[in-house]
Amino acid sequence: MRNFLFELKEGLFISFRAIAANKGRSVLTTLGIVIGVWAVVTMSTAIKGIDNAFKTGVASLGSDNIYIDKWAWFNNDTPWWELRNRRDLTMEDYEKYRSLAKLPIAIAPTNWTRKQVKYGDNLLESVFLTATTSEFIKTTNLTFSDGRFFNELESNGGRAVAVLGSAIAEKLFPNGGAVGNIIDVSGKKLRVVGILEEQGSWVMGDFNPDNQIYFPLEFTFKNFIHRRESITINVRAANPQSVAEVEEEAIGIMRRVRSLKYNEENDFSINQQSGLLGEIDKTVGVIQIAGYFITGLSLFVGAIGIMNIMFVSVKERTKEIGIRKAIGAKRRTILGQFIAEASIICLIGGFIGLIFAVITGFVINQWLPTVVQFDAIILAVGISLLTGILSGFAPAYTAAKLDPVDALRYE
Amino acid sequence: MNIINIEHIAKIYEVGSEIVKALADVSLRIDKNEYVAIMGPSGSGKSTLMNILGCLDTPSRGIYNFEGFNVSEMDDNQLATIRNKKIGFVFQTFNLLPRSTALHNVELPLVYAGIAKAERLERAYKALENVGLSDRVEHKPNELSGGQRQRVAVARALVTNPSIILADEPTGNLDSKTGNDIMKLFQDLHEKGNTIILVTHEEEIALHANRIIRIRDGFVERDEIVKERTFLSGN
Ligand SMILES: Nc1ncnc2c1ncn2[C@@H]1O[C@H](COP(=O)(O)OP(=O)(O)O)[C@@H](O)[C@H]1O
Ligand SMILES: [Mg+2]
Repeated sequence: MRNFLFELKEGLFISFRAIAANKGRSVLTTLGIVIGVWAVVTMSTAIKGIDNAFKTGVASLGSDNIYIDKWAWFNNDTPWWELRNRRDLTMEDYEKYRSLAKLPIAIAPTNWTRKQVKYGDNLLESVFLTATTSEFIKTTNLTFSDGRFFNELESNGGRAVAVLGSAIAEKLFPNGGAVGNIIDVSGKKLRVVGILEEQGSWVMGDFNPDNQIYFPLEFTFKNFIHRRESITINVRAANPQSVAEVEEEAIGIMRRVRSLKYNEENDFSINQQSGLLGEIDKTVGVIQIAGYFITGLSLFVGAIGIMNIMFVSVKERTKEIGIRKAIGAKRRTILGQFIAEASIICLIGGFIGLIFAVITGFVINQWLPTVVQFDAIILAVGISLLTGILSGFAPAYTAAKLDPVDALRYE
Repeated sequence: MNIINIEHIAKIYEVGSEIVKALADVSLRIDKNEYVAIMGPSGSGKSTLMNILGCLDTPSRGIYNFEGFNVSEMDDNQLATIRNKKIGFVFQTFNLLPRSTALHNVELPLVYAGIAKAERLERAYKALENVGLSDRVEHKPNELSGGQRQRVAVARALVTNPSIILADEPTGNLDSKTGNDIMKLFQDLHEKGNTIILVTHEEEIALHANRIIRIRDGFVERDEIVKERTFLSGN
């Protein structure tokens, strides 16, 4: 063992000398490794970022929620025309469900629209608005940077009040002080009563609370839409374990509410955030496949490059190998020397790739809060080492089994 | 005492359909502290013989005993160990690592012998001092003259305290003056008790040795003691 470590150490010294003597060429050959390691580390960094963003997003909306809706949000087993032909889910259904449901800790009907919003000269087109009841806030984990959510009185009375997401507040009131001011939503005046804290959950798209405005559902019925239009029922379970029970109960109640016969299919859908998880997984899957493809390809090219350069190196250094053998280098010593050389070249390439990945990580961090993960670094080092050993083996073996007399005679 | 004992050694090369007998049938004994010159015209098989004696090459036929060990039956690793510990080579073309300093070149056999850094450097430095190059340790081969390069090679051959030094035309690439210096160095080494085998095709160089073995066409033509040993061992 001591002997092995000694040979390894001396082998590394010899390899370093050889690499230092061919700096330019060594660096060039590592390009494939650089790109490969860069791709795999950047990919894992990006995925981590998407993961983080998704988790904060779901957390802000409440991960223990189900959404009873006419539409199926994610799973598309049911064709869209069938969904369209379903009866609307109305306030009446909501009220019946509410009176029968025992398990949920909060229930809120919601309706979504897009409207133009302005304050003074600041105008925002097509803002996503959630019309709901005061109980909505209990179905979420949202917190406030200023003010409050609208209360029951305002909710039931359909008062002209609004709660702004942080990004909306920022755009309408760049100098702050939104609470108490009157904004214009499609010609109607609403008083701002609260501003949400930034959630940073951009993966949620339109559902990102930062880009939304919340206002009473009764206000929408009075001003924008008819009372009989379809709504979504937002239901919160007490904890993640009881989500399934809440869903079961909801299906039972809704079938009664909608007077479905035993042989009729559900004419409503129970949606969950986990559906969004599926969507995210698909996106991540695409990134991953692309990443593995780039990584695999560039590592392959890199390995071929290293192997090629090592073969050239062995050929060029035939005489050197002969000299080393003449003065007592064993086959395994020569084998080790050339494998170590290939591995060091690859590790240097991996290290350069890692530096690029860290820089890319900072760029990604502008959109996705993330950093290069420790296990990605380990992975990068492992991949480069393995590539080095695999691509170095054949040339090293050729070198090791050279006949000393032939090698010495080589010019 | 016998260091080298070869019996009916042959080395046969097949080049295409032609068979080349580089060595046809050679038997030799070489004792400790001898200074032997192997003489012969070009192509007579001198280098082939030296490569076999130096365990760089294995004979096609015959038996080779080195210090009582049957070298003919050793594997690659064992041969490498013998070359490393028992044999010091000096070549016509020096065969130094071009990108390494004199010190590193001399140190290298000790690396392969598994000796620790501090001791290695000390011994390598001493070996260079012994050949008069203590002021050139950090020079690379291309920063040294031919004579100096050959001295580095001699230092490298000596650094492991081998049983025998094998020199194949060591003055072949040197002018006569530096060649003479190298021959003086060998004379010194011999007087200090080293066993030396010198390959040459020049009569003048061969005359430095105590014994001259003349070979021709792969056979020993003549084997004679030309002068008394300057150094006498205990037995
Ligand atoms: N690897 C080889 N393949 C074929 N023939 C060889 C080989 N090595 C040496 N020979 C032949 O063996 C003979 C002896 O060569 P060598 O020992 O180098 O002679 P010397 O050193 O006396 O000049 C020559 O005829 C040479 O051509
Ligand atoms: Mg020769």
